[in-house]
Amino acid sequence: MADLKLDQIRKRYGAVDVLHGIDLDVKDGEFVVFVGPSGCGKSTLLRIIAGLEEITGGELMIDGDVVNTKSPRDRGIAMVFQSYALYPHMTVYKNMAFGLKLDKQDKSAIDARVREAARILQLDQLLDRRPSELSGGQRQRVAIGRAIVRQPKVFLFDEPLSNLDAALRVQTRLEIAKLHQDLKSTIVYVTHDQVEAMTLADKIVVMNGGNVEQVGSPMQLYHHPETRFVAGFIGSPAMNFTNVRIDAVAPGKVTVSAPGGIKSVLPFEVPQSEVGKIVELGIRPEHLAPGDEETLSVNGEVDVVEKLGDSTYLYIKLANGDRVTVRAPGHSRIKIGDMVTASAPAGAAHLFDGDGKAFVKVDYPAEFSAEE
Amino acid sequence: MSFSNIRREDASRAVIVHAILLTYTLVALYPIFLIVINAFKTRKGIFRDPMGLPNAETFSIEGFTKVLAKSNFELFFYNSFTVTIVTIVIVLLLASMAAWALSEYKFPGNTALALYLAIGIMVPIRLGSVSILNLIVDLGLVNTLTALVLVYVAQGLPLAIFILTEFMHQIPKDLKEAARCDGVGEFKIFFAIILPLIRPAVATVAVFTMIPIWNDLWFPLILAPGDGKQTITLGVQQFIGQYVTDWNAVLASLSLAIIPILILYLIFSRQLIRGLTSGAVK
Repeated sequence: MADLKLDQIRKRYGAVDVLHGIDLDVKDGEFVVFVGPSGCGKSTLLRIIAGLEEITGGELMIDGDVVNTKSPRDRGIAMVFQSYALYPHMTVYKNMAFGLKLDKQDKSAIDARVREAARILQLDQLLDRRPSELSGGQRQRVAIGRAIVRQPKVFLFDEPLSNLDAALRVQTRLEIAKLHQDLKSTIVYVTHDQVEAMTLADKIVVMNGGNVEQVGSPMQLYHHPETRFVAGFIGSPAMNFTNVRIDAVAPGKVTVSAPGGIKSVLPFEVPQSEVGKIVELGIRPEHLAPGDEETLSVNGEVDVVEKLGDSTYLYIKLANGDRVTVRAPGHSRIKIGDMVTASAPAGAAHLFDGDGKAFVKVDYPAEFSAEE
Repeated sequence: MSFSNIRREDASRAVIVHAILLTYTLVALYPIFLIVINAFKTRKGIFRDPMGLPNAETFSIEGFTKVLAKSNFELFFYNSFTVTIVTIVIVLLLASMAAWALSEYKFPGNTALALYLAIGIMVPIRLGSVSILNLIVDLGLVNTLTALVLVYVAQGLPLAIFILTEFMHQIPKDLKEAARCDGVGEFKIFFAIILPLIRPAVATVAVFTMIPIWNDLWFPLILAPGDGKQTITLGVQQFIGQYVTDWNAVLASLSLAIIPILILYLIFSRQLIRGLTSGAVK
């Protein structure tokens, strides 16, 4: 087990820059998730850590050693692939023992490690089967087992759940979380699914276009997104955005308005120079509720209603054409075509400038803060 | 109603396809059948009724006794077998390694090298017979099996490399990378993972390589016609005279010559089928 340090990591394919200088510190035993849309460079970054891609610039350190030019086998990593990548002509047991046998380890020691991994992953009964005789979930467990037996310094997971069906994905996700608790190992995990990121990570790295947008704990990213991209990416359903105009600013206060409804004073520190500019206001669906009891209210016609049982999502069309999602209680009787007002506390709002950077919020009510 | 129609259509199509294939099989097998039945007949029997099955009157194994007793048949066999097996082993080893290098590693001149090797498929090696003979003479390898092996390896490599390269491209990239992360060295990846996975292709290539070599008359005739180095096809020739041909012996030795190649073919084709059914990755 070890820590991992990335210092200005760059990657270029020919003339195309894929990674523009990534800095990252991963502490020993930390579960780090790289998350972002397709093509943001997260898989490339993982492959660079694994040693499957060359580094164009920067320095990569595992356990204090610079490993830029080391081959994967000398880095002390183990990787789990999306496609499982099991050796099809070997049994489950051999799949797991294959890497160890090459290290010329003692046979009984290998056997003990394979059986221990099989026990942890409940593969005991399947050791003599071939990959083609296993279900998707079992194959993924074998792939994880193959990583465990190597006792690597760092585990790398490349979208390991993407090929599983929804129910199995939830189950395997829990198993991975439990595995991390048991092994206390350093894990780097790549996914495009923000739910996986939120549930598994100690630390999430949100990537976009070859840059790191923000690094933080799941709750930090949820409550204090630094950019509009992070705000829109983390949380499900996604955060609502609508354009508002800054009418006036005072220390720790900003007055915003939009034609056809919104007019509100919000607790943000905004420079005087922003007055008159159009900025983006973000509110999460779960912070909005039907009714006008709270400070920040929107209203419009209900477009679509989604009933999930425990809650109902209302899609409201605002006067300016933006659509806002509101989470209503499960028993809500609001129908399509109803005019609805929904409101949220001012502290739940997020405000982003023209470049997508968040304005500093000065007042965090406890329920909208990552502080404990 | 419509179901049974579709089924009937399918069935009739299957019948047609099978009829065509069966006809072709019969046409291909008939000469071999003729050779084998006539090998078990007397000389008179062969000429009187070449198409007939051996009966009590015409049955004879004099051809076989002649071949086995009067010629060095075992030696011819041994020579052919040695040349074929050694060539197959060398071709498969070199071709699969070359194919792995061409498909897996990026290096300058990769494509050019692949093209250069592919040219070998298009140029018949017999065009170079004179130069080859000169070369073999200069090397002092005339009348050795080594000469034959060298020429056959050169003859077999281009197609083998071409076929194997195509197959190696199909092996999922993740598998090789998983092995690399597993700490497996490049040689071990090749021998323990890649080769077992392309076994069907290797078997195909083995069959492709083996049959022309076993049947070849040309190179044994010009490179190793000497006593003790003759291959089976050349050995048969001694029964074909300018004035008299000993048909019993010729047909008997041809029948015998089919057996080893048949056995090899069965071995490889079994690999082929097994490989196809056990290769599923996902």
